[in-house]
Amino acid sequence: MVGETKTQKLIKFYIPLALYLFFLLFPFYWMVNTVFKSDNEMYNLELNPFYIHSPTLENIVHLFTRTIFFKWMANTFFVAILSTLIALGASLLAAYAIQRLRFKTSQPTGVAIFLSYLVPQTILFIPLAHVIFQLRLWDSLWSLVLTYPTFLVPFCTWLLMGYFKSIPKEMEECAMIDGASRVRIFTKIILPLCLPGILSAAIFCFTLSWNEYIYALAFISDTYKKTVPIGLVTELVRGDVYHWGPLMAGALCASVPVALVYSFFVEHYVAGMTGALKE
Amino acid sequence: MAEVRLEGVWKQFEDVVAVRDFNLKIEDKEFVVLVGPSGCGKTTTLRMIAGLEEITRGNIYIADRIVNKVPAKDRNIAMVFQNYALYPHMTVYENMAFGLEMRRTPKEEIRRRVQEAAEILGISELLHRKPKQLSGGQRQRVALGRAIVRKPQVFLFDEPLSNLDAKLRVQMRVELKKLHSRLATTAVYVTHDQVEAMTMGDRIVVMKDGLIQQVGTPLELYNRPANTFVAGFLGSPSMNFFEAELVREGMAIALRAGDVRLDLPPEKAALLNGYSHDRVIVGIRPEDLQPVSQHLPGRTIQATVEVVEPIGNETYVDVDAAGVPLVAGAGRHSTIRPKDTVVLKPIPEKIHLFDPRDQRAI
Repeated sequence: MVGETKTQKLIKFYIPLALYLFFLLFPFYWMVNTVFKSDNEMYNLELNPFYIHSPTLENIVHLFTRTIFFKWMANTFFVAILSTLIALGASLLAAYAIQRLRFKTSQPTGVAIFLSYLVPQTILFIPLAHVIFQLRLWDSLWSLVLTYPTFLVPFCTWLLMGYFKSIPKEMEECAMIDGASRVRIFTKIILPLCLPGILSAAIFCFTLSWNEYIYALAFISDTYKKTVPIGLVTELVRGDVYHWGPLMAGALCASVPVALVYSFFVEHYVAGMTGALKE
Repeated sequence: MAEVRLEGVWKQFEDVVAVRDFNLKIEDKEFVVLVGPSGCGKTTTLRMIAGLEEITRGNIYIADRIVNKVPAKDRNIAMVFQNYALYPHMTVYENMAFGLEMRRTPKEEIRRRVQEAAEILGISELLHRKPKQLSGGQRQRVALGRAIVRKPQVFLFDEPLSNLDAKLRVQMRVELKKLHSRLATTAVYVTHDQVEAMTMGDRIVVMKDGLIQQVGTPLELYNRPANTFVAGFLGSPSMNFFEAELVREGMAIALRAGDVRLDLPPEKAALLNGYSHDRVIVGIRPEDLQPVSQHLPGRTIQATVEVVEPIGNETYVDVDAAGVPLVAGAGRHSTIRPKDTVVLKPIPEKIHLFDPRDQRAI
């Protein structure tokens, strides 16, 4: 703002920002801090816990050699990518239809989809478990691929609806007069224009699926079929013994792909959250 | 060859009737302007011709073919939108070629037609730019180009100039008019700007509340408005209206409104033969009301000047004639100042009379 002194700026802007950053980043710091400490150092209360005195890779080695971490990573990629694709496909069509095809129940449909998003996963997994059992998908990665879209689709649909809304109708009408069919309009005009929105939806889906816990815990029990969040917790917490070092190493390695995805697409992502067409 | 005919066309959106009983025959190569205030149904009518809106009742013919159920793409029309509706991810060339590509026109033919259109519109240099990199006027040209490459039977324009600044608008108005005479294609043009309507239309359709108020050439509408709405809508500043009492003295008829008294010339008085009501609405255009030096009772109006508005080529004065507010054209060299007393003389043949009960011209 014009006329603000440095102190005012400090109080209004920099100090709150610093606090916020500290709040957000401290867990990551703690994670990294723990990964490179030996058990002895970790449990030694004499030492300063915020500092690594004798860095070691033993936790990472433990994670990579004594668990099937890479298999879990592969499982998680498989589930996250497939469920993202399914969710995107469904929500693109749903959002376009609700927003653009004028049918009587388009508004209620939109609201219904949103309401389904509000049902907590912790309740939904009970009936879903029954469905999965009936489909004989118990203990299979496909159970996750099929159930993740239940919370991804509503979210993406709403995100994309807002996005489609910001594309002027005239553009489609013009294309229609130009002789393009609905499908052509969708693929040639809408999809290219919505790329930032689609990317943000995809990132969201990917992250949510990557981090999902409840369904994965409920539907998968075979160690070889676990996803990273479940694998780490079930294999590295034995009874009341927490293998903090490998646990944190797993958490760190598992957050790398998500961080990479975000940083690659951050610009599109911001554009996607703020609307489609800016001229 | 494409004449457009609308017969008894209605459009109803749930409980709102947007267009009522619209009947119009647009001749081949004619430039017809639909004009009216916002919400009058003009854009809806255009969209029904385009096939973007279904018709509730009635028939629309394009080149003698009923098109009620024909989808927009098969009507052989092109439409230019107010916000241009250019595809932002395509270059100017791709924008203009899109319609032809959809119709599987050979590549070579597309290239030829796009270049031809770009030349006509003076945008050959811009073919490789994206819409983002163009000014408002240039975008407008691209939108026009996209319409003309297709060589449609009918052009539809939906307020195409209203996003441009005033100067550019005047320039594009002239260019559009030239373009129309060059392409010789039927055109329907929607605007809320009466100046655009007057200057561009071969014929004007004035609409209000979904109803056609009057159809005619610009001068017909200006000189013989069918009702007070048309009279007030066309012309700037708009026509002066005041209600007056009819004073009959033998064959002669005078108008009286407060202290204002005007004798009607015999041909105007003759119009009132058989008129049963004793009151009329009088309409006088500002330019038909001029200051004179001498007050002649029954011929002139005495008034006090309230506001003087010089606009360069004309000076308008807002006056108060014993309670009747009027605007008069005082000529570009006027020296009239506020609070002056002026004598205004209406041109007797240019006095318009309307029935206060239905607002129609008498």
